[in-house]
This record gives sequence, structure tokens and C-alpha cells, in this order.
Amino acid sequence: MEKKHKKLLVVLIIAAVLIAAVPFLALKGAEFGGSDDAGSAMAEQIHGEYEPWFTPVLESLIGGEIPGEIESLLFCVQTGIGVGIIAFFLGRLYERRKLGKDDAEL
Amino acid sequence: MTHRQKKMIAAVTVCSLAWGIAPAANAMHIMEGYLPVSYCIAWGVLSLPFLAAGLMKIRKTLDENRRALTLLAMSGAFIFVISSLKIPSVTGSCSHMTGTGLGAILFGPCTVSILGVIVLIFQAILLAHGGLTSLGANTFSMAVAGPFLSYGIYLLGRKCKLSRLMTVFLAAFLGNLFTYCVTSVQLALAFPSQAGGAAASAVKFLGVFAPTQLPLAVVEGLLTAAVVVCLEAYAKPELKSVGYLTEVQAYGKEA
Repeated sequence: MEKKHKKLLVVLIIAAVLIAAVPFLALKGAEFGGSDDAGSAMAEQIHGEYEPWFTPVLESLIGGEIPGEIESLLFCVQTGIGVGIIAFFLGRLYERRKLGKDDAEL
Repeated sequence: MTHRQKKMIAAVTVCSLAWGIAPAANAMHIMEGYLPVSYCIAWGVLSLPFLAAGLMKIRKTLDENRRALTLLAMSGAFIFVISSLKIPSVTGSCSHMTGTGLGAILFGPCTVSILGVIVLIFQAILLAHGGLTSLGANTFSMAVAGPFLSYGIYLLGRKCKLSRLMTVFLAAFLGNLFTYCVTSVQLALAFPSQAGGAAASAVKFLGVFAPTQLPLAVVEGLLTAAVVVCLEAYAKPELKSVGYLTEVQAYGKEA
């Protein structure tokens, strides 16, 4: 990777991290609930009480809400699957370049 | 067709079948049970042709071109990662991104519908996030509307000879915003406000989603651009094989 691109990459990543980190650090005491929930709250405000007519499959299976820790576990699993696949292929691509076999198929 | 391709297609087919059998529809992060049944079905039916087209397109792409598999897997994985990260935003609430822009740019919007719906099913079943009943509506906003806009912006940017990365950034950024606009409209149609009807309530829902989503859309654009920088450095043959690089080179920007 050329130097110019490396620099660009670092800048892009730092900018992305900053955009996420600044509100978190600046807004003291904010709850950071999900905006999906905010959407549902808005639906109720517009429409009066709205009773969801279907509960998520997993929640009806365990008979309650998914515990927060388990939910974050499952989100991490999702991230992990994605990062695993990306890292695997990026590693192969990188190695292909290093071995000078740019035209080889993966 | 190689063994690996067969497996991949089988997996995709199973996922889409599972979706087809599920009783109703699910839209991007409209919560389970929050849309009236008729809307669930309507959005689901509306999404179906795009999914069918996507399946055929994926099959064709992989038949013709084995190299595309790497990029296809990475685009799908990118959606997995990006849509699992809940990012704090300026409004004091969290939301997450869609990640569909990358796939739309590389493969076109229909292919991304399939990748997106896999993620939505995963989240609906395991995370109680979105939902099976709102799957159709969520599919339409995140896996159909967003990618189509991204792709449109990408084509437009190419035509206007914007720089390649700028185009990628804009496509991902606007695609993300558009997804949430569509979600707002979907909610508004189902919950028209008594005073001003669906339009008034669309404005209200947009008021909830848009300020939260704006910075996240920027983040999505930046990250998509970052991935494209990496791919351009290491995956030139693959990018050429899906038509991304030749198209760009044709309009004469730096190779």
C-alpha cells in the first residue's frame, strides 16, 4: 500500500472514531438508549397505546426479555463473524501481494 | 461451478427460504409486532422481487466469475460488522449503521438485498432487534431502498467525474440516511397522526431518527471509504473482475 493511502486510511479511521467518541464524552448523563426504542415511543405518542402483536421469537422462547449481558454477547458474536471473514480474506490478499502473485486466484 | 460456490449458494438459498416461510415482514429496525399485519405483508411482498433478482444475480456472478466470491463474502461480512456496532450519537441515543453501501457499489443493489436480509434475519431471531414480523419492511428500507440509492449516487458520481473515494463516501453516506428516511415513512404510514395524517407523522419520525443518524451516516461513509482503500491496494484483480476498477479507469481518474 502506498504511503499516501496509508495516511488516508489512518485519517479516515481517526475521524470515524472521533465522531463516535465525542458525543459520548461530551454529553454527560445522556442515556444512550436505542433510537429504535425512541421510534416506538414516538409511535405510541402519535397513536396512543400500541400493543405489539408479536413478541420476538427468542423472547417468547425464554419467556421474557433477553438479558442485557446475553444481548451484548450476541452482538459481539455478530461482529466477530464479520470481522473474522474480513480479516481472513484481507490476510490472504495481503500475503498474495507479498509473495508477488498478484494475479493468482484466491 | 465449484464445490465452494455450491455451498455458498445453498447457504444463501436456505436463508432466503427461511425468510419466505416466516409468517410476515420485518423492516429495518421497526420493532417486532409494531407494524400492523397488513403493512407487514405488503412490505414483504414488495421486497420479494428484489430478493429474487438478487439470488439470480448472485448465482450468475459466481458462475461467471469465481474471483467475485472473495469480494461478495467481504461485502456481506462488512454489513455484519457495521450493523452490529451501536454508536452513540449527538442526540444522546444510540443507533447503528447499515453497511450496505459497499456491496451496492461493488455488485449492484439487488445482490445486496440478499446480503442485507441475511443480517436482518440474524438480528431478528437472535437479538430481538428488528423482528420477523417487520422483516419485510426492514428489508425494504435497509436492503432495497438504501442500496438502490447508494448505487444511484455511485453511478451519478462517476458520471460527474467526482474522485473515486468521494463517490464511495457519498454513496454510503446518503444510502444510510435514505434507509432511515424510508423507515420513518414506513412508520408514518402505519401510524398516521390524527392531526396531519401520514405526512405530519413522517416529519415527527424523521425528527427522531435523522439527527441521531446523521453523524452515523458520516461514520459509515468514512469506514466504507477505508475498506475501499484497502481493497484497491490489495484486491485489484478482484475489483477488475466485478467491473469496479475498469469503470473507474475508463473515466480517466488516477488508476
